[in-house]
This record gives sequence, C-alpha cells and structure tokens, in this order.
Amino acid sequence: MTVRARLRADPIACDGRGFCAEILPEMVTLDDWGFPIIRDADVPDALLADAGEAVRLCPVLALRLDQVSGRSPARGAPSPPAGCGPDT
Amino acid sequence: MNTAECDAGQAAGAAPAAGAAGERGGLPRLLPEREGGGPATLAGHLARHGRLPRVGRDTGRRAEFIAEVGRAGLTGRGGAGFPTARKLAAVAAGRGRPVVIGNGTEGEPPSAKDKVLLAREPHLVLDGLVFAAELTGARRALVVVHPAVREIVHTAVAERSRAGHDPVQVRVLTAAARFVAGEASALVNWVEHGRPVPTRVPPRISERGLGGCPTLVQNVETLAHLALIARYGASWFRSLGTPAEPGSMLVTAMGAVRLPAVYEIGIGAAVGDVLALAGGPAAELTALLIGGYSGIWVDQAAATTLPFSAAGLGPVGGSPGAGLLAALPAGVCGLAETARVARYLAAESAGQCGPCVFALDSIAGELDALAAGRRFDPARLHRWLGQVDRRGACHHPDGAVRMIRSALAVFAPELAQHARGWCGGTRPAGVLPIPARTVR
Repeated sequence: MTVRARLRADPIACDGRGFCAEILPEMVTLDDWGFPIIRDADVPDALLADAGEAVRLCPVLALRLDQVSGRSPARGAPSPPAGCGPDT
Repeated sequence: MNTAECDAGQAAGAAPAAGAAGERGGLPRLLPEREGGGPATLAGHLARHGRLPRVGRDTGRRAEFIAEVGRAGLTGRGGAGFPTARKLAAVAAGRGRPVVIGNGTEGEPPSAKDKVLLAREPHLVLDGLVFAAELTGARRALVVVHPAVREIVHTAVAERSRAGHDPVQVRVLTAAARFVAGEASALVNWVEHGRPVPTRVPPRISERGLGGCPTLVQNVETLAHLALIARYGASWFRSLGTPAEPGSMLVTAMGAVRLPAVYEIGIGAAVGDVLALAGGPAAELTALLIGGYSGIWVDQAAATTLPFSAAGLGPVGGSPGAGLLAALPAGVCGLAETARVARYLAAESAGQCGPCVFALDSIAGELDALAAGRRFDPARLHRWLGQVDRRGACHHPDGAVRMIRSALAVFAPELAQHARGWCGGTRPAGVLPIPARTVR
C-alpha cells in the first residue's frame, strides 16, 4: 500500500520563519506576511524526503507530516489522567 | 433583574408568544409562554414540564436515550450545528470519566438568545446539563455563563442543590468577555487555565478536554432542547422544523425591526416571517446580516423568502449560525457597518495564528480606507481575503472573511460609489453593536 502523507502546520506554533517554503517550494508558499500556505494535496513520493527535512528543520516544531491511509491511524493508548479515571 | 438588562443592549428581553400557547404550532417550547416576569422558579419549571426522567448508571439505558436524541435530530445551537447525539456518544465512549460543560458564553455582541434563555428558563438549561451528564456518565458538570445572567443561574443552581434535585453537582463559572471565548477549545482553556483562547486540534476535546478528560461542550440552548427531548421524545421534537433540520431555534432579531427581541421559530421559517414576528421592518431595509458576525449579508429582497435553516441559507453561503437576524436600514452604509465589524473581529483575534493576526488586521485596514472613501487596492484586498481560509487553529478568521466577502457582493453598488469618493449613507453607522474595549 502506498503511503500517502500530508504536510500540516500548527498555526499557533508557527511564527513564520519560512524555512519550509525554502526547502519545499513545491508544497509551501508564503502569504504576504511570511506565513506558510501549504498545498492541500498529498506530498508526492519524490518530495517525501524534502518534506521530512522541512519538518526536521522547522525551528519551532510547527510542521508535521501526517500519514493518511484507509486505515484509522494507530493510536497510542495513554491512560486517562488522574482525576478522570473510571472510579474517580 | 429583568431580561432587558441581560442582553447586548440591542435586543430587548424574551418576546411574547404570538398569542396563547399552541397558536404558533407548539411554540414557544423553550421561552416562557407569557411575557415579562423573572426567571422561572424550580417549582414553576416543574409545573410546566414535569420532572426529568432519571437515566441512572445503566449503560444500555444511556445508549437508548442517546439513540433517541439521534432520532430527534438535535444539532448544536451555538453556531456549528454538529449533531448532538454524536458528541454525546463520543464523550460517553471516551477513556476516563467525562466532564460536561454548558456553554452560555455568547461572545457574539449582537446576540442575546443565550442570555435571555438563561435569564428566563435557567432550570431548562440546567436540566439539559444534568441529563447530558447522566447520558455520558459524567460526575462533573459546569455551566459557563455571560456575566449578565450569572446571579440568576447561581440562584437556580442553589435552589436545585437545596432541593437535592440533581445526581450531579453543577458549578457556575463566569465567561470571559471575548468574541472567541465561546469556541469549545477556548472555553476549556478558560476553565482550566484562565486563558480564553483556542488551542490546537487534535486532540479533540471530546477525547481529551478539561484535565485530559473526555469533555462535552454544548451550547445552553442545545441543552434546553435536550431537556425537552428527554421528556417528550424524538417524534414530538420533530413535529416542528424541517425533516432534515427538526425542532425550533432561538433567533435574536435586532437592528431596524419594530420589536427587537429574542424569538423562537421552527427551523426553516422564512426570513420574512421572522422579520414579521419581530414586528416587521422599522424602516426601509437594504440588507440583513444573518447568522452572526461570522455570518453573511444578504440583500433584503433576496432574503425574505429564504428559509432560516442550513438548507435554506447554504446555497447563498450562509447558515443559521447562532441565530442572529440583523436588519440594516436604508441610509446606513453597509460598507461602513462591515468595516466596523471587521475591525472588531480583527481586534478580537486571540493573537495566536499568523494569518488571523496579520491578515485580518490588514483586511480591516483596507475596509477602513474603503468605507472612508480613501484610496484602496481591490486586487490586494481580494488576495488577502483568499489567503485566510482554514489557516487558523479555529474558524474565527474564516468567519470574518466569509462575512466580509458577502458584504463586498451585497454592497457592490455602494462599493462603486465609494471608489468614486462618495457614500450614500445619510446616517452614521452603528446599527451593529461593538463592545467597548475591555482590559485584557
């Protein structure tokens, strides 16, 4: 199965450094204020390596590469925090 | 306190039913049957509606009730219109003990429906909150309310507490006075950290919200409908509204109408009929703002036959939103009104996301220039409007852009006039309320 991946930015964390647009101009352009506009499309296989590089180099860790597949994403199963456990 | 005090100073209190109960096809359901008077007491409330059915801890019984809410087709009345049963089921199935929060923030300045509902029928909302807690297995229930109605809700909660009425204890909190404070993640953030600004999604708050617990956030009007569905069932609920959008909804009618107030309508009533309910236009109208400050402007002639529903307003780019219907009289410049609201919405940005902070401010600046007849650059304005959609953590910037785009279309003739340096407005803008700047 081909892995489909989408590039996504956390708009709260992002402060418009613009590295992503330099590394991956095919997928990311900047708006008039220097904040990334990410193409609403899967990242092509040929660009996956560059996309990974953009994610690693984001100085504020605002960028991520989400896998999208037919299956629901594997979830970690963290325990509910103290205070909302089944018997509290 | 009377209800006239508990609104944004525009719409008056709860409107009377148009005649005796039943004359308007079973309306009102939520609002009192008689005009005037203070908040319903617990005894008065129980005399009108009877007791809420007890759900208990049996999960099968919970699931049956949630399925009944699904059959009723109740959707959120805070603006987003999400199916209530799906939220209930998600939170009930969450990991850990859920929390339920009634959302009476009503940060929308022209809207008064949640304040009026809480001021007149606080027990109906509290019933819905308690019922939602039972359906999801929550032991903690909070209601966050506009400061104008805090005392009334406190009194109602104390009355129930003394009577030992509820299986869960309800806490009352005062909402933050900000436009975005009612957004669900902002509400959780406000309760937990005192910061009324949205947080990033995921995680969804139905999975991990307050204190990391599965959290149900429901608008107070939605909870009031829930309390009635609990008693009277899905078929009764569906006897008003449309098959696709059943039930009634509260509408704040304000601006140039003869009787500005909060009204209850069957969903899908024609906009013109809602205007008639509000006494009809108080002047010749040019346009209506429908939904809220993130709703849409519609030319008044085109608006009157539109059904007040998602299906009716969707084709023109709108939605019932939080139930606002604001009438703009001829003589007041729609572009000037829009510029005022755009400036307010830009200032109400939580200040977290670049596109919201910078684009909305820049767009508001262009609209200021446009409204004042100064030079502005239409191409640049449209480019900026196109750079906002779905780029914030919440939908605040999207809503602002939607409203502004609709204004540029509806007020196209005015736009051409302004471009030539003159404005047809004969009266100052100010139909739509803008709160005084509050200290943050």
